[in-house]
Amino acid sequence: MSSPILQLNGLAKSFGGIEVFRNIDLEVNAGDRIAILGASGSGKSTLLRCVNVLETPNSGEIAVDGKTVGSKQRSGALKYTERELCTLRQKVGMVFQQFNLFPHMTVANNVAEGLKVVKGIASDKARGRAVSELQRVGLAEKADEFPSRLSGGQKQRVAIARALAMDPEILLFDEPTSALDPALVGEVLSVIEQLANEGRTMLLVTHEIGFAYHMATRIVFLAEGGIYETGTPDDVLKNPKRPLTQQFLADHQRFHF
Amino acid sequence: MSYHWNFASVFDNWWALAIGVVGTLKLFVVCLVIGMSVGLIVGLGRRSSRRPVRWLSTAFVEFFRNTPVLVQILWFYYALPILVPIEVSPFLAAILGISLNSAAYSAEIFRGGIQSIEPGQWEAARALGMTWLQCMRRIILPQSIRRVIPSLTNRGVEIFKMSTLASVVAYVELLQQGKLIASLNFNPLEVYTVIAAIFLIILYPIVRVTYAVERRLARSD
Repeated sequence: MSSPILQLNGLAKSFGGIEVFRNIDLEVNAGDRIAILGASGSGKSTLLRCVNVLETPNSGEIAVDGKTVGSKQRSGALKYTERELCTLRQKVGMVFQQFNLFPHMTVANNVAEGLKVVKGIASDKARGRAVSELQRVGLAEKADEFPSRLSGGQKQRVAIARALAMDPEILLFDEPTSALDPALVGEVLSVIEQLANEGRTMLLVTHEIGFAYHMATRIVFLAEGGIYETGTPDDVLKNPKRPLTQQFLADHQRFHF
Repeated sequence: MSYHWNFASVFDNWWALAIGVVGTLKLFVVCLVIGMSVGLIVGLGRRSSRRPVRWLSTAFVEFFRNTPVLVQILWFYYALPILVPIEVSPFLAAILGISLNSAAYSAEIFRGGIQSIEPGQWEAARALGMTWLQCMRRIILPQSIRRVIPSLTNRGVEIFKMSTLASVVAYVELLQQGKLIASLNFNPLEVYTVIAAIFLIILYPIVRVTYAVERRLARSD
């Protein structure tokens, strides 16, 4: 059994004295697909953003490949150097709710940018890699368009290609379909499903509970400032044990037909 | 009105005007480059996470924005040499006054442009593993500059016209030459009309070029 590729130990985050969560422990092994669910404001996105330190945790540790990121300060909090963060973020790719493509670059350059700037790969090689990542998400023919010419679903697929190009060990999806027209959700979910089938390790924050059920190897349900219930999709989504999980699922299924 | 326009007396001195044009252009280019670059640095400083850097940048902006350029030029020319043992030529005094004043204004323009970029752009760039500097250079600045080109164009036009203030320390530029011609030939109406026209003729094409640049850069929107 190899060591987990990502470990969160006692992670806590608060904004201006208001606690989002505390004492989050999470172990992610290669091939795990963890769906993080919870009501709005339960800290799902914040937790995900702490993993690559887009938000700095107030306490607790993040370890990637068994190595703790950051160094202890006298106060007990961890301090992260820019170099450490850049290394961490190359191992942890992220896809955002609002896509966040670079509007001043063509689609291919969006995907190649990290390769060129961060990995120092020559332009023509980076472009080749970018086009093959675009092929994977079915958008190779859009390589020379600007993002403004794409639909929301296409933008998100480009964003996924951009994250994939960096060869991350883990992919973080932060509500990847929440900003999309319902008709465009499917194409993005198919791409994520395809990545799941390839055995990619991923953490997914989503409101698509059906998708989480089919795709995830584990569900983490956040409530009351912590991991409230966790287990296999069948355990948590079909037979929730605790009241808030049951309530959450009941709310989500209210209008099913 | 039976005024007889006599432009011949101006054009007889075309060489003096030509020298003036060269002086104006020289001052313009130097002040544009220094003003914009210092402005960019100060604008970035205004957003620094280090308090002393932020404080210094703000002090710079407020000092140079809230004092008249004319006073600054006179101060650099007459007062600075008293304080420090350096010789300040009219050219240097004009450069200091105009560039630093423009830097203060363009710092605010750059800061506004940078602040207008959605936080998601930073996050996406940082999430790829870029350093702060790489984010700034590759993602944030190119977009910011696109947005502030109209304001920067204004600044550039302003710098060009501010060059006339250098005549106060007798720097040889268009207005200074004009004053000379007018005082020798008693033809201020013609001279100042021609000078205004020369400014218009030089500036307008430059502004048109920036419009074209703006359009070209807007291609991705």
